[in-house]
Amino acid sequence: MTAQEVRLCGLLLQEHFGEVVEKVGTHLLKSGAQNLRTIIHETGLSVDLVKKSLCVLVQHGATTFSSGRKGPGSPTEYHTSCDRILRILRYPRYIYTAKTLYGDTGELIIEELLQRGHTTMSSTVKTVADRLTQNMAEGRTMDYTEVSLTFSKLVETHFLQRCPPLPGVGNKDSSAPSETPATPGTPAAPVNTAPPTPESFPECYKVPSVTLIGRGKRQLASEDGEEQRSAKRAKMDPETHGDEGIYWQVNFERFHLHFRDQTIISAVANKLDQTSSEIVRTMLRMSEVTTSPMATCTKPLSANEIFRSLPPSYNILRPILDQYLTLLVDDPMEFVGKAGESGGGMFVVNLHRALANLARATLESVVQERFGSRSARIFRLLLRKRHLEQKQVEDFAMIPAKEAKDMLYTLLSQNLVQLQEIPKTPDYAPSRTFYLYTVNQLPTARMLLQNCYKTVANLIERRLFETKESKRLLEKSQRIEAILASLQASGAEPEQLTEVEEMITAPEKQQLDTLRLHINKLDSAENQVDETIFLLESYINSTNASS
Amino acid sequence: MWTCVCVCVCVCVQEQRRPAAMAGKGRGVGAFTFNIDALGIGRGNMPEARVGPSPLFPSTDFKPVPLKAGEDEDYMLALKQEMRGTMQRLPYNIKPQSNKAEVERYTERYLKQSQIDDNEWTPDWNLFPKELMPRRKRPQAKTGTKKSAKISRKDTENILTKLDELANKDDPEKSDEETEKKPRNEDEEEIEEEEYEEEDIEEENDYIESYFDNGEDFAADSDDNMDGEATY
Repeated sequence: MTAQEVRLCGLLLQEHFGEVVEKVGTHLLKSGAQNLRTIIHETGLSVDLVKKSLCVLVQHGATTFSSGRKGPGSPTEYHTSCDRILRILRYPRYIYTAKTLYGDTGELIIEELLQRGHTTMSSTVKTVADRLTQNMAEGRTMDYTEVSLTFSKLVETHFLQRCPPLPGVGNKDSSAPSETPATPGTPAAPVNTAPPTPESFPECYKVPSVTLIGRGKRQLASEDGEEQRSAKRAKMDPETHGDEGIYWQVNFERFHLHFRDQTIISAVANKLDQTSSEIVRTMLRMSEVTTSPMATCTKPLSANEIFRSLPPSYNILRPILDQYLTLLVDDPMEFVGKAGESGGGMFVVNLHRALANLARATLESVVQERFGSRSARIFRLLLRKRHLEQKQVEDFAMIPAKEAKDMLYTLLSQNLVQLQEIPKTPDYAPSRTFYLYTVNQLPTARMLLQNCYKTVANLIERRLFETKESKRLLEKSQRIEAILASLQASGAEPEQLTEVEEMITAPEKQQLDTLRLHINKLDSAENQVDETIFLLESYINSTNASS
Repeated sequence: MWTCVCVCVCVCVQEQRRPAAMAGKGRGVGAFTFNIDALGIGRGNMPEARVGPSPLFPSTDFKPVPLKAGEDEDYMLALKQEMRGTMQRLPYNIKPQSNKAEVERYTERYLKQSQIDDNEWTPDWNLFPKELMPRRKRPQAKTGTKKSAKISRKDTENILTKLDELANKDDPEKSDEETEKKPRNEDEEEIEEEEYEEEDIEEENDYIESYFDNGEDFAADSDDNMDGEATY
């Protein structure tokens, strides 16, 4: 956890869960695993608040708890990690992806699960059906079975998974960690060094048999009294649906695989053409189930299979397909590789290589946008040629010596380029040492990732500042909107409405518009920086896996 | 005294350093011990030395590329803002307790028109460690009142004894500390109650202190008393 990550996590927690949870969360992030007493003592908050914040953090998966270091008797320790909190930035992308794949129902299911951390299937289905019914035309309601169907589809494609049960609670057989081979019924299970992943449980993706019969309820726009009564009734509703204790959560890794595939396909479409991207999309679709998440490349697919699985709208001839495949293999981005000759040629999609190349393209574009195209030329040169002397850089890049020096120093001072010393003599005498400029892709990517975190944190802070500056104005506009809404609901004349609307003067309206514009821009920027964050994180994680 | 010594030492050190530099091969500013040409920079081409920290907002030569704008981006923007608003209204958003009795504004009644999610959210305790369960409040309240009753009784006794002692003693602060220690020992378990009761006791002690101070501080005391009375 770097300082930038902690700062960003703090801001995200504050925005979504309030200041109390933020205080507890950042304290845990900075100090590692701690038990409850220490947290209370060091944060200075009341016991009640700390307990509630920890509950919220555990509910959303940001904090995990385990028995203490000294053995099973010591108090439970709570451990927070940055990764889960940083995912909050990506929530809109997850919801939008669910919408494109499974429609509005899928979108609402994912949204509910993201907002509540983990819930049971029955409660999710009910809430989603109610929300859909709310937006539907008068008189139509949403059936529970439709929503359950979409839920099952999401589970089948692994976008949703069950939450792992508590370690130590329940059967001993199911608490075996994923690393050790399955030895059922080990009597004295040692302290689990790693928390069991959700995937280590065999029933991770099994939909429980749930009896859910009913339709969504439309909430009428009635007075407060009625709403409270119906809310009370809902609370006392003791229906059980046969899936108590089975909680579902969003499987972020599966979404990330999907995003990775989307990125590769769009990169191919940008570099080559639509047909080649369709071919790559087909290949990825075919190997969705057979490829493990950490695989370097997909399983080999023969050209015959690809030809048969192409979507019917793309009826290209077989020789044309072969030409496209050859083109993809020869492309310097190395998205597709040839793995053999049988079956008309065996082809794989090089996932890790593709990620590395996409990350490299990101780095190059960052240098280009910050320092100009000639500095970018030097950067690309160093990436390809690995180590170059000062003079060689000037010659290869075809840039005059003085300017090349300046650019190299700027890049060096920004830590995008490193200096490597190669001594001729063992005493490292400067006159007898080669000084070579080089670029290391992985450390540079890490550094840029930290810059991205810092960027998003700055964007959030600026947005909070802007909102705070115009707080009075925003409150006034909110009040006027509320008054307008109430007047309209009670059927007022248009003159009254215009009178209320005029309570906001024209310059204030202009100020509100610019404020709205700024906030939208900052929010949109956060979303788009998150795309870069995703790419760099995937690249760094892929190198971790293969090394 | 010490600062003068440090400055002298620094100056001496600097003076000692200069002859060492002069003893190097090249003379003049920017003398280096190695052949500079290997790095490709000549004597005159050295970049300027930094005079201070880099500026906070340096001027950028290259302006950033405009953001992507399209249907997808707009939809995701709307999703983001909605989600932020929703999550701030859910029970997971814990607000620090505000003690002032807020008179509910007239307009807030209309802002609450949308469905209110149930404010209480109880987690499934099978998945959570038992120590996070909130303690039941009723026995706490009972013991709390008992304890405060006890302490107030003790306090009155102490105050009566103090009234006699204060006439003779010079600093009443010692007895205050004693009374504070007693409640602290009794309330070791409950942290919240402790703070509350300590505050009570301290307030009472402060009041007594200012009231029964020596005649020397009479002027200041009268000011304190005036403040006390004004708040009433």
